Amino acid sequence: MTRALIKGLDWIVRKITRGRHALRRQTVLKIGLLTVFLFMLVTVLAQYSWFTPYDPVYYRDAVRLESPSTGHLMGTDQLHRDVFSRVIAGGKASLIVAFGAVALSMSIGSILGWISGFAGGFLDRVLSLIMDAIYSFPSMILAITLVAMFGAGIGPMIWAVGFVYIPTYFRVTRAEVLQVREATYVEAIRAVGAGNARIILRHIAPNTVNAIMAVSSFNLADAILTVAALSFLGFGLPPPSPDWGFDIQNGQKFLQSGSWWLITFPGLMIIALSLGFGLVGEGISDLVNPKRKRKRG
Amino acid sequence: MGGITRYALQRLLLTIPMLLILLTLVFLILRVMPGDPVAAMLGGRNISPELMDEYRHKMGVDRPIPVQYVEYLNGILHGNFGKSFRTNKAVVHELFTRFPATLELAFFGLFFAGIFGFGTGILAATRADRPIDHVVRVLHIGSFAMPLFWLGLMLQVIFAVKLGWFPVATRLGGRLAFTFQSVTGFYLIDSILGGNGAVIVDVAKHLILPSITLGFAQAGLLGRMSRASMLEVLDQDYITTARAKGLRERVVILSHALRNALIPIVTVFGLQFAILMGGAVLTETVFSWPGVASFLVRSIEARDWPAIQGSVVFIAIFISAINLLVDITYSFIDPRVRY
Repeated sequence: MTRALIKGLDWIVRKITRGRHALRRQTVLKIGLLTVFLFMLVTVLAQYSWFTPYDPVYYRDAVRLESPSTGHLMGTDQLHRDVFSRVIAGGKASLIVAFGAVALSMSIGSILGWISGFAGGFLDRVLSLIMDAIYSFPSMILAITLVAMFGAGIGPMIWAVGFVYIPTYFRVTRAEVLQVREATYVEAIRAVGAGNARIILRHIAPNTVNAIMAVSSFNLADAILTVAALSFLGFGLPPPSPDWGFDIQNGQKFLQSGSWWLITFPGLMIIALSLGFGLVGEGISDLVNPKRKRKRG
Repeated sequence: MGGITRYALQRLLLTIPMLLILLTLVFLILRVMPGDPVAAMLGGRNISPELMDEYRHKMGVDRPIPVQYVEYLNGILHGNFGKSFRTNKAVVHELFTRFPATLELAFFGLFFAGIFGFGTGILAATRADRPIDHVVRVLHIGSFAMPLFWLGLMLQVIFAVKLGWFPVATRLGGRLAFTFQSVTGFYLIDSILGGNGAVIVDVAKHLILPSITLGFAQAGLLGRMSRASMLEVLDQDYITTARAKGLRERVVILSHALRNALIPIVTVFGLQFAILMGGAVLTETVFSWPGVASFLVRSIEARDWPAIQGSVVFIAIFISAINLLVDITYSFIDPRVRY
């Protein structure tokens, strides 16, 4: 099963990069993609009740706060629910918000970056200042404040987390545009009579894709943590739904009595998923810039 | 006027438009974006429209946006952030009484981040591509995926609940919390000034777990940066020269390489202060630390609008000040930076 998956991923990676040489031994990228893929698969399947050993919300027959056993691999919580079932179903909000937020910030940030880098002048200066201001502000605090404004739930979280990442894409695309704009081939295209729109869409945008891909993987890793933190602080999904961050907040109340399993397992899931996205980012960065590999920490 | 003074002044002037933009952003986010602050504050309670209007008038949100904006900036200029609904005290007062707690935590957080970060980074760089290097690099990457609130809770479970080495939360234990007189707000300084050994130990013990938690946010990044920076420096010719002169490796690393390797890291230190403040929100919440960040979270929960706005503005000003400070420090460390 695992081998088939790796083979499949190999095939996909080869297709995407048209079999470029650097791709042959991308172990880091493969492990990352595999992790993310498994999490997505499990999360989707866990929304159907036949997949989880017990119902994550309605199953109430176990002894409460029982430590991990063969019957309940990760123990039970104070409402007699099976922690294992909740843990494998609890990634839904994290994944949806992370992908949604990154898609949102990527589109807004990149477009603004293209415009700003291409237009230059006053507009560029003002936009850059605004983006720098957002960027300098603690993203966690900004996200919490925005969620407080918009209200709790998946939609508001996408907007809040997405807003926070806009400057990242703005900076990356703007820097890339400034570099490409001066390239000789762009000058040549302009001399031939290509308009601005054509230059941006056909020649500059494709050149920024590499950088954006790497940045977005790191952002996904960060978004998973931000969403978990927002849920932990109580701004996520409403109570009965399984959610890692919220379940950790719930487990916090039983920490003094030694019920370590309530917080340990959801936390490990958050780490694994965030690490998966992080590894994908590492892998892509190495691909895009092979020189980086030796220097990276 | 000396070069550095002039630079500091110039830099200070540049901070003003930046801060103005930050403050405008806060205003826009809290006032113009969808959502009625009054409705949000009253939190769905069943209240007559007349009473709502009265509240709106009291908060001044019924006036035109430009008027509110000018009043908002004017208030900040005069250090007037309004009154907290929750505690009924001036927001500035609330923030200043809590600020030392946050600063103390941030300082020791940075301290731990520095020890872990530089230590592991230099260790890995000097043993590049050996097993220890690989272990350290995996740890660094892993640290980016660590949810701080979870780390804090796990430290509490292991070291406070199971082993009992450290207290679970807050800044002071049991009876001391009632008898301890704080002068500066920095408990460690106060306890040392007080000269009571038991109090000093208690304060220090309360600081350790939260500081490690908060420092972790930066440790991995600092470690990665210092490894990369150190590797680069170790490649330089003057290092080869130093070694050829017969200097001991320890001297080469500590007094020749380290100083230059530090230069790029100091900038990151400053830039990442924003991350540290974000981490403080979670750390302070988990450890019931009575700081500015946990005040913000509690204000959000209570929908205490003036307190939310005040805290965010306060943090914005603080971050700008830190960035300014880091920029100036930079010139001290790297004499090549001339103004």
